[in-house]
Amino acid sequence: MSTKYIYTFGTIMTVLVALLLAGFRTATAGAAARNEDVFNKREILATVAEPLEKAGKPISALTDQEVLQIFNDQVQQVVVNTSGEVLPDADFASIDLATEYKKPEDQRQYPVNIFNIDGDRYYVFSVRGNGLWDAIWGNIALASDLNTVTGASFDHAGETPGLGAEIKDNAGWKNQFKGKKIYDGDKFVSILVRKGGAVDQEHEVDGLSGATITSDGVTKMLYNGLKAYESFIDEQRAESGEATSMNLK
Amino acid sequence: MVPIATTAMAESTEVKTGVLTEDTAAEKEATFEFGKKEKILITDPLLDNNPITIQVLGVCSALAVTSLVYPSLVMAVAVTFVTAFSSLATSLMRNIIPKAVRLIVQLVIIATLVTLVNEALKVLAFPVYKQLSVYIGLIITNCIVMGRLEAFAMANKPWRSFLDGIGNGLGYGLILVAVGVVRELFGKGSLFAGSGIALNIIGPSSDSTKYLINTTAESGIGSFFGWYANNNLMVLPAAAMFVIAVFIWLQRSYNTKLVDIS
Repeated sequence: MSTKYIYTFGTIMTVLVALLLAGFRTATAGAAARNEDVFNKREILATVAEPLEKAGKPISALTDQEVLQIFNDQVQQVVVNTSGEVLPDADFASIDLATEYKKPEDQRQYPVNIFNIDGDRYYVFSVRGNGLWDAIWGNIALASDLNTVTGASFDHAGETPGLGAEIKDNAGWKNQFKGKKIYDGDKFVSILVRKGGAVDQEHEVDGLSGATITSDGVTKMLYNGLKAYESFIDEQRAESGEATSMNLK
Repeated sequence: MVPIATTAMAESTEVKTGVLTEDTAAEKEATFEFGKKEKILITDPLLDNNPITIQVLGVCSALAVTSLVYPSLVMAVAVTFVTAFSSLATSLMRNIIPKAVRLIVQLVIIATLVTLVNEALKVLAFPVYKQLSVYIGLIITNCIVMGRLEAFAMANKPWRSFLDGIGNGLGYGLILVAVGVVRELFGKGSLFAGSGIALNIIGPSSDSTKYLINTTAESGIGSFFGWYANNNLMVLPAAAMFVIAVFIWLQRSYNTKLVDIS
């Protein structure tokens, strides 16, 4: 076979494959984006699963339609900056934490989902960090006292299944976050994922065996991620009067 | 046309030698018969010509994904799909592929197929896509796929290549799931964790997780297993190497004909 044949074959094959893949991708992009949106919203709902279940909406039974409905009716999506101001003009949907974290601190914008379930407010904060192999990210929900965790959900780009990937797959591990507190008095301490098991039951959860670096990544992600919301949290606490009574202690 | 890659291949049947001679006229009237020779294409890779234990292909992913049964199963299905259809595509194109660049062409076929599967999953089953996304790259680099294209599909007719792809995918999957069962059961005390039918077999029950055999129970079966603890080595990839080695050992002591093959 001549060199010319090889070139012709290669060119035709490349063009055909490129057209096939580009066409398929274009045709399915809309549906894929919708699925991803619903998936991410379910991850956020998972952090307030308990109050939702009490309100008669167990998350495993929700259809895609109902998930979007909840976000329509019961969720206020706000954007805040590092100094805790709510930015009414910012576009919530376009915020990507990966790009925000690269900006200088005073220009960053962070998303907050505020749930209203049976008259109680729940704040879901989004965080992002690094695991062993790649990025990890998650959502953590605080009850209306802005201190007690109602739930957390995590996801990852490429952690090892059975080890680091347990942050997403291990429901028992994620359950530990329920009821933990991110403040010690009025000092921000975040939540520590401790290798060998939690010592301080209020602010620590058990590490994942065989996944120390991913566990440490979660600790770091929670600390940095929640720290970014600290001003916002402080302001909200001051508003609700919780903080004043705390300060008096 | 193409030299046979593994000696194990030459051993198995006369199917391959028969079709090594090009016969385009016969190919035109391609049939989908499923006789004895076709059956061998499916059953042979399950045991006597297993891709992992005999051909020693695809070991890398077998070490990486087998810590849990469910991902092993998903990986097995995905690889079977890709080996089957890439074998089919390669076999259909085998007479027009320039020999000098055939590996590149095979790689393009595999990568295209895997990307299509990836995109289709995003639309059809997004949660499964999330589960599988880590392994997509592993499928492209899986030596079994390319090994079978080079050793079989480049020299055989489409239907048989398709069956060979399915057979090797299943043979790979069989070992993967078997290793996954051993590692998950002894490493974590559960089976199928992460799927809809997760089973917690043995371990200390707590409020959030209940085990079939509760090692902290005062009475019942669990009370005999108070000494039992999960083996953390099983969770690590190194354990897969030991488990696969034991499988190879068992298989060869059972069927000594296999000892000299590789």
